[in-house]
Amino acid sequence: MCLAIPIRIVERHGIVGIGEVGGVRRQVDLQLLDDVQIGDYVIVHAGFAIQKLDEEEAAETLSLLSELISGDS
Amino acid sequence: MKYLDEFRNKAAAKRLASRISSEVGEGEVTLMEVCGTHTMAVHRYGIKGLLPPNIRLLSGPGCPVCVTSNRYIDKAIAYSKQSDVILTTFGDMVKVPGSRSSLAREMSRGADVRIVYSTTDALKIARDNTERKVIFLGVGFETTVPTVATSILEADRMGMKNYFVLSAHKLIPPAMKALLDGGELKIDGFICPGHVSTITGTQVYEFIPRNYRVPCVVAGFEPVDIMQAIYTLVQQITRGIAEVANQYRRAVRKEGNPKAREVIYEVFEPSDSDWRGIGVIPQSGLMIRQRYRKYDAEANIDVEIEPSAENPRCICGAILRGVKEPLECTLFGSLCTPEHPKGACMVSSEGTCAAYYNYGRQMPKKPEG
Repeated sequence: MCLAIPIRIVERHGIVGIGEVGGVRRQVDLQLLDDVQIGDYVIVHAGFAIQKLDEEEAAETLSLLSELISGDS
Repeated sequence: MKYLDEFRNKAAAKRLASRISSEVGEGEVTLMEVCGTHTMAVHRYGIKGLLPPNIRLLSGPGCPVCVTSNRYIDKAIAYSKQSDVILTTFGDMVKVPGSRSSLAREMSRGADVRIVYSTTDALKIARDNTERKVIFLGVGFETTVPTVATSILEADRMGMKNYFVLSAHKLIPPAMKALLDGGELKIDGFICPGHVSTITGTQVYEFIPRNYRVPCVVAGFEPVDIMQAIYTLVQQITRGIAEVANQYRRAVRKEGNPKAREVIYEVFEPSDSDWRGIGVIPQSGLMIRQRYRKYDAEANIDVEIEPSAENPRCICGAILRGVKEPLECTLFGSLCTPEHPKGACMVSSEGTCAAYYNYGRQMPKKPEG
């Protein structure tokens, strides 16, 4: 039931968003989140966006990771 | 795809594996991945094969379909037999065997059971069939509950009289506490569920390091996420630290999703709940509040069921507690397969038996006799 894929919101009509992932579009209910903007990535569960993806935190996790990897070589 | 490929980087996973090996030393370490989606990812990406042999990964009780009691399934089946009922459910529930039948079997006998992708679909079915009662099977953890609570609030706003929820919703932290208190196994660290935590935040796990000295790491679902979480756990264990860490910062905030929690507790209140394999855990479930009782299937639609029974050979309960693994089951892979499941853990895509069966490197045992 947990789709772990971040979906990018490409349209918004009130509480209904259109999300796109890998070229596929699907409807996403946005009412459990405040301030979702077009272009945001969200985590979707059973048709509802349950959290916004924090792109800065994602970049930080990846940079920690690349430090870890380069530190080994 | 963005935010996926980066966390599936093989070189990164292998580097983390070597870091883990040098950090862990020679002692035995037992970690539990609580969430069923983690179990699936562990098997799909061959995580166990990357880890040193002294790190043991156990699956926990975080597969919602698996922990749903037979009594609940029997009740759902009984409702599906009522001619004025349309039963709506997520797909995983349909094949789960109850005491005497399954929803799939009842569908073949003419029951109107409809698989939905979200509660929005279930509400639409109710609006299009006002002469019939539409029951949604409310199964799931903190991640799913806000979507079900939202559907009840929406039904209330629209004054709907034919939408009902059969709630078996459960909360994850009380189950983790029950496993620790049960004392059947020694858990050195928890990989905490990523998506449950998007709602709850990370503070709900604080009691575990504080009271049990067991480290917790909230993790994402890609292989690098899981390896990084294991590395963090191993670091804490070898250094004698126990705290809650958050590897999945891109999706999980410390405070979680307060708006979703508000919706949950507007509609539901904590109650005791029966978990397959564990039994009744105090305050680990959610029941519909009095104010919304008219949407509670059990309170409004009479149904009679015979006493529930478990398949005596199915060890799903012990697997959900982490004390047994699927290969110890005499039914696994021969009499019990995803096509013909005998137990819930083989049905759900998040079930431990299904993960072993679908991604396991071991050959299934031959059929008996």
